[in-house]
Amino acid sequence: MKIKMEIKAKAYKFGNNISTDDIIPARYLSTCDAKELAKHCMEGVDEEFVGKLDRPSVTGHCIVAGKNFGCGSSREHAPLAIKEAGISCVLAESFARIFYRNAINIGLPILESKRASRRIGSGDEILIDLSRGRITNLSKDENYKAQPFPEFIQKIISAGGLMNYAKEKMKR
Amino acid sequence: MGMVIAEKILARHCGRKGVEPGTFIEAKVDIALGNDVTAPLAIEEFRKAGGSKVFDPDRVVLVPDHFAPNKDIESAQQCQILRSFAREQGLSHYYEVGRVGIEHALLPEEGVVLPGDLIIGADSHTCTYGALGAFACGVGSTDLAFAMLTGKCWFRVPETIKFVYKGKLNKWVSGKDLILYTIGDIGVDGALYKVMEFTGPVIRRLGMADRLTMCNMAVEAEAKSGIIEPDAETIEYIEARAERPYEIIHGDRSARYANVTEYDCSKIEPQVAFPPLPSNTRPISRVAEVYIDQVVIGSCTNGRIEDLRISDQVLKGRRVHPRVRLIVIPATQKVYREALSEGLLETFVDAGAVVSAPTCGPCLGGHMGVLAEGEKALATTNRNFAGRMGHPKAEIYLSNPAIAAASAVAGKIISPESL
Repeated sequence: MKIKMEIKAKAYKFGNNISTDDIIPARYLSTCDAKELAKHCMEGVDEEFVGKLDRPSVTGHCIVAGKNFGCGSSREHAPLAIKEAGISCVLAESFARIFYRNAINIGLPILESKRASRRIGSGDEILIDLSRGRITNLSKDENYKAQPFPEFIQKIISAGGLMNYAKEKMKR
Repeated sequence: MGMVIAEKILARHCGRKGVEPGTFIEAKVDIALGNDVTAPLAIEEFRKAGGSKVFDPDRVVLVPDHFAPNKDIESAQQCQILRSFAREQGLSHYYEVGRVGIEHALLPEEGVVLPGDLIIGADSHTCTYGALGAFACGVGSTDLAFAMLTGKCWFRVPETIKFVYKGKLNKWVSGKDLILYTIGDIGVDGALYKVMEFTGPVIRRLGMADRLTMCNMAVEAEAKSGIIEPDAETIEYIEARAERPYEIIHGDRSARYANVTEYDCSKIEPQVAFPPLPSNTRPISRVAEVYIDQVVIGSCTNGRIEDLRISDQVLKGRRVHPRVRLIVIPATQKVYREALSEGLLETFVDAGAVVSAPTCGPCLGGHMGVLAEGEKALATTNRNFAGRMGHPKAEIYLSNPAIAAASAVAGKIISPESL
């Protein structure tokens, strides 16, 4: 599955140190069914979150968070829940290490940008150009630059995730 | 330029003479680990990618420890996925209830993870094994699937921060207090993408249990791994149990660190982490009246025999406070057996505690001690995020086993000195 490189989305703002326990509490981990997980996405910090996404919306949805997003447990259920809930990108000032690699590995677009993380507010409409790492805040008429991905990670992303990358490599 | 131990281990596993921080590598892994929460997803990915045989049945390790003994039908199904896969693949390291323990206590005890190894595990506390002089880090399920298929994993070579512990340890201060103090100092993302290397005269005098506890919680500062260079203590521990040859690796004297921090341990008291972050630490002398409903002694952080011995020392001849539920969880069957023959379990039961089968259980709010709204718990575990042990409005405090045991008796958080 290829990732859409240009994303228009409405921002949902979260704070610093959002843990994977916040994203998907452990009481839901007795399944790896992404659809089931998505029902409880972000439930640890905002019980209403999934309900808000359900509202008819012409644009997509994007999580904007502060520092150390996805800290704690290594559960890949966290990025899976986010992806399946229909979040097209996560923007943060920084990501916890395992969440970062999990998101890359499963093909959930993520971007690091301190300025975007601080300037974007809840409800802002943003335009994200993943290939250039450019973020436009349509509501505030501002532009932000994201950290570009290292070449190695770009290869995994363009293959559509780590397992596709593995399959491509094995064919060669 | 010289290399630190972490860089040396990574270089050896990707067939290079040297690696530098920031470089991306694909390295061979010695052990790839999964549990009943993370492995089912990895097994699914493995099959979807057309995998039929794992790269080496002796090096893929499956440990059903989180929701086992199975807490409900769903978790029973998850454990069954592991069991069937282990049988189908002929895995030599699969552990059934009755032989299983909490993965990060079990694998060092069994000699499965060894010095010089490169270990990945789909569990964030995989970093525990750094205490043996290995490079070990937590990854996700897809990483585990990739490793099961190829025997490899991708890494960005991390920088290393050196933490030097000097001085004399105060009474009741353990490895748990040193790591809580350190996380309190640098913050929950203070070592993001980096390795925390623990060294200094205090570390050299620490036993393996305390070293494992320290490396276990490196991830709570968002480190990729914690690591301690092996010494005579490590070798003595390993020699008795290693199931295959291993290599003792040391960093070069000329190695460069991203940062060096020194601590004078004579100034460090037992620490308590207040909710909702492990970095929210206070010395025990500055903990005011915190009344608690539940105490948990156990987990991959503090469920080893040494932890139970300290708890026994505090609890012997005393009773758990009437308002408190004390849950003691030996981390492995071997720890359970030792605690039984040393009379520790008798102390716990006589004190009015419950002793559970080895499981991660309450640490992640799974089972065996989930918290209700508004309850307060003191645990020897590793995370006190809101909702971690059950209801999002329950509060979790973290400490070492001695403080936990004393607090179970007092009904509030105190030092054994104040009993």
